[in-house]
Amino acid sequence: MQPIAHFEIYSHQFLNSAGDLTLPLPPPFHSPRDLLKPYQHMLRIRAFDSKAVALQRTGQIGTFPSSEGEEASMAGIAFAMQAEDVFLPSYREHGVLFARGVSMEEVLLYWGGDERGSNYANARQDFPIAVPIATQVLHAVGVATAFKLKGEKKVAVTTCGDGGSSRADFNEGLNFAGVWQIPLVVVVVNNQWAISVPRSSQSKAATFAQKAIAAGMEGIQVDGNDLIAMTHVCRQAVDKARTGAGPTLIEAVTYRMAPHTTADDASRYRGQEEVNSAKALDPILRLKTFLMREKVWSLDEEEAFKQKLQEEVNEAAKAYQAMSPQPIESIFDYLYAKLPRALEEQKAQAVERSEL
Amino acid sequence: MTMITIVEAVNRALAYELEADPSVVLLGEDIGVNGGVFRATDGLQAQFGKTRVIDTPLAEIAISGVSVGLATQGLKPVSEIQFMGFIYATMEQLISHAARMRNRTRGRLTCPMVVRAPYGAGIHAPEHHSESTEALFVHIPGLKVVIPSTPRRTYGLLLAAIRDPDPVIFLEPERIYRLIKQDVEEDGVALPLEKCFIEREGSDLTLISWGASMHEARQAVASLEAKGVGVDLIDVATLSPLDSETILASVEKTGRCLIVHEAPKTGGMGAEIAARICEKALLSLKAPVKRVTGYDIIVPLYKLEKHYLPSVKVILQAAQEILEFA
Ligand SMILES: Cc1ncc(C[n+]2csc(CCOP(=O)(O)OP(=O)(O)O)c2C)c(N)n1
Ligand SMILES: [Mg+2]
Repeated sequence: MQPIAHFEIYSHQFLNSAGDLTLPLPPPFHSPRDLLKPYQHMLRIRAFDSKAVALQRTGQIGTFPSSEGEEASMAGIAFAMQAEDVFLPSYREHGVLFARGVSMEEVLLYWGGDERGSNYANARQDFPIAVPIATQVLHAVGVATAFKLKGEKKVAVTTCGDGGSSRADFNEGLNFAGVWQIPLVVVVVNNQWAISVPRSSQSKAATFAQKAIAAGMEGIQVDGNDLIAMTHVCRQAVDKARTGAGPTLIEAVTYRMAPHTTADDASRYRGQEEVNSAKALDPILRLKTFLMREKVWSLDEEEAFKQKLQEEVNEAAKAYQAMSPQPIESIFDYLYAKLPRALEEQKAQAVERSEL
Repeated sequence: MTMITIVEAVNRALAYELEADPSVVLLGEDIGVNGGVFRATDGLQAQFGKTRVIDTPLAEIAISGVSVGLATQGLKPVSEIQFMGFIYATMEQLISHAARMRNRTRGRLTCPMVVRAPYGAGIHAPEHHSESTEALFVHIPGLKVVIPSTPRRTYGLLLAAIRDPDPVIFLEPERIYRLIKQDVEEDGVALPLEKCFIEREGSDLTLISWGASMHEARQAVASLEAKGVGVDLIDVATLSPLDSETILASVEKTGRCLIVHEAPKTGGMGAEIAARICEKALLSLKAPVKRVTGYDIIVPLYKLEKHYLPSVKVILQAAQEILEFA
């Protein structure tokens, strides 16, 4: 008897929670200045989340999943991708979508109960958000396989949660990706919670990254609250996929600071102390500390930028509110390429009944 | 007796049966500490412990398949699928195993299990949280499909579902989860499955519905009665196996029938009911059977959702057409 398989999982961190850079700044970053754009994007995501939660509270959009605390994971994914790549999000990754050209107004439309929110004006190939958990992982396998079959140098990138990793879709997707060696990056955004179910009840495995091993692909863990590590590791994985060197699974370790959605009462299942200690690991705070220490960012600039963001999110909310509703006919118009004759009567009925 | 809602009645029935029958186990996502996203299992884990009320990893195939295994070992799994929109992954286990185990083994192994799921539109929920696909399950031999529409029926029918020796899909109309309150005696008495409930009696029209649409049906009946029209209002409750006798007897009496359901029209349960009426009571009909249903479309996101749902006005209009048919 002898051991025939070994594996090790590496965890990556460059910027610790105190904002100290513990290793040299890795590519794609050359100087601290290069971090400003992703940093500002993280601030943008947070500003949007608090606006969206406020809009939900006043009944102007429906249930909304805040991504507070996960900004570095999202910015890292977004800044690792090329425009021509395809992103397949779960429902909490609007922060990635924004960087890919999806507008805040579109995201508000979606959560405001309007299908037009998934008809992105930019990022035309990116997928609409997936609500049925982890189903998007299989679509990403299909998208990546299409790239390979067509000989296109593009990469499919998808995200799912720690909860999502328990579903068949995720596990079957990894297996296919391993067998087919396709240009795919799967990011498990491990935010420690799946609604009320803690990470420890989701899997006994020490990491989610190691789920890649059984599928014959590379698995890496990253501090998902470290923008530098997130971007670096995601960029390496995306580049690797683009050169045909195969798929990667990345586990981004982060924390869901907000309740699951606006419909959730997190106090039923987790204590405030836990949330408070997670706040000490805040991805925005640590990067800000670093940037200020490096003197590439100041409190004044932060204030001015936040002002601008406030205007941006207010504008987006206004634009969303000013949208005229879709015509009733629209509920029939996109079901098939051409409305089947059998549905014409129902369509006429729907219009007629709306005037009752 | 206490005044409780439908979702509280679910909770009370589960609590009663957990207490009364040690073989009952609950499993699902967020049903433990959190008490379920609608609070249907609120407090049950605290009361009965983590081995009876089990938070599972996030995996519907596993929830349904594991239930099959549990059920064959003398346990009575009652699982919760968080929303009907996430039930589709369970189909293989339900259709290929739960529904067939008794038949395949000539009764050697059986699946006394319940799968509960909230369903239906009208609560401004996100995408995939509004469909009514009960007919998918009605089409599967070996499954029973139950949909309550009042707190009392919820309590009694859920008890019956858990005690039933075969797999039952128990669909809970989320739109009326908290809309109606009733005195419910927590006496552990089950109501019969396979029986429609005649809620109002009258001789001019038979109005048949189930689930959340019963709410609009009741309002329509009240307004018809105010005009002197007598209506048999039937809550189907158990869609499969269907209690044809009650429906046929009513239609033979009234000669006029309107079926209301929220699910899309084509292949919906209304079609089955209308077909049975045509087969067995055609000559009693004084007017064609009518259906008021959802359209054959994807339930719109919430801004246009109301245009999908059958309204009281549309029900009344259809009733009028049937009553005026000469
Ligand atoms: C197939 C499926 N089952 C259940 C749900 C209900 N649900 C929505 S979010 C969620 C938890 C997801 O947790 P995780 O995958 O960790 O992602 P997170 O919400 O933490 O981002 C559940 C159970 C769903 N949307 N899809
Ligand atoms: Mg999670």
